[in-house]
Amino acid sequence: MSDKPKVAVHKFASCDGCQLAFLNAGEALLSLAQQVELVHFAEAGPMNPEARVDIAFVEGSICTAHDEERIQAIRRNSQYLITIGACATAGGLQALRNLADGQQWLAEVYASPEYIDSLATSTPISHHVKVDHELWGCPVNGRQVMGAIRSLLHGAVPVVEQDKVCLECKRQLNVCVMVTKGEPCMGPVTRTGCGAICPSLGRDCYACYGPAENSNTEALGEAFRQLDVLPATIGRRFHFINSGVEPFTAAGQRWKRDE
Amino acid sequence: MDEQRDIRIQVPVLARVEGEGALELLARDGQIEKLQLRIFEPPRLFEKFLEGHSYSEVPDMVARICGICPVAYQMSAVQAIEQVFGTPNSDWIQSMRRAMYCGEWIQSHALHIHLLAAPDFLGFNNAIEMAQVHPEAVQRGLQLQGLGNKLISLFGGRSVHPVGACVGGFHQAPSILAVNRLRDELQAALPEAEELVRWTAGLDLPDDQQEFVSVALRHEQEYPLYGGRLVSDAGLDIAIDEYEQHFREYQESHSTSLYSLLHDKPYLVGPLARLNLNRDRLSKNLQALIDEIGLQLPSRNLFHSIIARAIETCYAIEEAVRLLDNYQIPPQSAEFIEPKAGTGYGCTEAPRGILWHRYDLDEEGLVLKSRIVPPTSQNQARIEEDLHQSLSSYGLQHTDAELRLRAESVIRNYDPCISCATHFLKIRVKRE
Repeated sequence: MSDKPKVAVHKFASCDGCQLAFLNAGEALLSLAQQVELVHFAEAGPMNPEARVDIAFVEGSICTAHDEERIQAIRRNSQYLITIGACATAGGLQALRNLADGQQWLAEVYASPEYIDSLATSTPISHHVKVDHELWGCPVNGRQVMGAIRSLLHGAVPVVEQDKVCLECKRQLNVCVMVTKGEPCMGPVTRTGCGAICPSLGRDCYACYGPAENSNTEALGEAFRQLDVLPATIGRRFHFINSGVEPFTAAGQRWKRDE
Repeated sequence: MDEQRDIRIQVPVLARVEGEGALELLARDGQIEKLQLRIFEPPRLFEKFLEGHSYSEVPDMVARICGICPVAYQMSAVQAIEQVFGTPNSDWIQSMRRAMYCGEWIQSHALHIHLLAAPDFLGFNNAIEMAQVHPEAVQRGLQLQGLGNKLISLFGGRSVHPVGACVGGFHQAPSILAVNRLRDELQAALPEAEELVRWTAGLDLPDDQQEFVSVALRHEQEYPLYGGRLVSDAGLDIAIDEYEQHFREYQESHSTSLYSLLHDKPYLVGPLARLNLNRDRLSKNLQALIDEIGLQLPSRNLFHSIIARAIETCYAIEEAVRLLDNYQIPPQSAEFIEPKAGTGYGCTEAPRGILWHRYDLDEEGLVLKSRIVPPTSQNQARIEEDLHQSLSSYGLQHTDAELRLRAESVIRNYDPCISCATHFLKIRVKRE
């Protein structure tokens, strides 16, 4: 990398929430700006979308023909491309359209859908270009993005959490909401990194950090059934924030079929 | 010659706004021929994919419309759904919802004032450059922003897409210790927020008087935040469920956001509209502060929006302190829910203005249909009208760079959240 590495933050279809991992970083944002050159970060001000950079962070999913082209150019201009959040990494909540008739939906929301440049699907960045690192979460937090930059600045591979939320609950001595309250908690199949905030507040995890490695979605679905959760509801547990990624896509479809 | 030149300004992506938008300006013979705020944030079709989901999933889904104001989406949604079910709200639940909402106002306003708007008035490209010359001001802003985030996290576990609010109340009540600690921090920050008001009032803001209609909620006692009737300074005074009889949305070919009109005219929502209509609902302390800085209300100058945001930051801190005083853990943090079929309405004051929701639910509480009208789409017609007037009165003889900066500052007065409305405005200046 060059002496003062160049960093860009790009946005596609998203809620802007993952960029807040930078904008909410407080003092750390100012010290980051001293260590790297933020060449493109439209929401923060710097505007140079076509600059060559060492690290490009990408928020959002691909939903338009124009964005399909834009991500190709970003890939060509970036040494490392890192996706931040569920939209960029898995298609996001809006990937629910992939399971339905997306064009029909447009027609129902907009009186003149022909004015709208929109694909029928919402797809993750990795469906279009090579992605070097993926940071999961809806949203990602400051620790994840700053950790990734710090690792890359030191020539190390960023550490990505693989554990399940259940392990984080054990570390925090949380009472299990599934065992004690019968909540259909997604913790057993969900990647940690959030701090197990939902079970800490006494509620079920809804899998906003995406699937953990070796997730046994089959067994979890059956366990939900034992709790008398309806098949359709189980289907929606998997088809939620990260419906666009396996094994969640298939698990959700299976339970919706059983309805 | 120069004055009559043809002007073609295109800002393909607007900087320092939330989401993606563009500006196109075309002038010929000293007249603006075409002026469009283009919103090309890809549509995400929330209203469609909410259909078939359970009421209990709605707060976690609608939060994803906006990373900057997820609490607003959650609050308008739970209100509407509880109206369908006839769920009562205890005083504790209402107060704590307001307190959490105050966190979002503090966070969003502090972010906008310092990171997005103030560089315009102090001659910087962005807050990072501004921090080198005005480190104290930027640090104060970041601290207030952080405090707002802490207040949201107190109830929601995190500040972006918080997970604590549910239909019926909260999944869990925060501990007395955590509440008292944050209450003291908020109390200690109040003088800083008051200084922020004085600081914004001291900025060299343009004087740009315009006629417009302000729309906001109005409550019997409270400054508008979580409830009230919909009022305007042109005589509107309706219940929130009458919204659709007075406001109408339409589509323009250059935008993925719908436009909204009140009685077929553009209108303003947001901090300045709220302040114009609700000054008397502020504390004596804040009213005295408004007198001290000499802000005349109602104000017809949209550039006062930054001062209005600072005043509301103060308000939100005062209000959160008041709500968290003598905090007790309630017997239950959420009401019992009994789903039933029907239609319900919710309307709250997001940091950027009124956020209106309607849900049609079936007997199991599954969403049949939903309609969500975010503040930015309501302001969109007003922003274009404002740009027409303000660029004409600013004078088209200015250079493209000057015109572009003025146009961008005008747009930022509204703190448009384009992700909400459906991304970021970019402007490229081309002279013919």
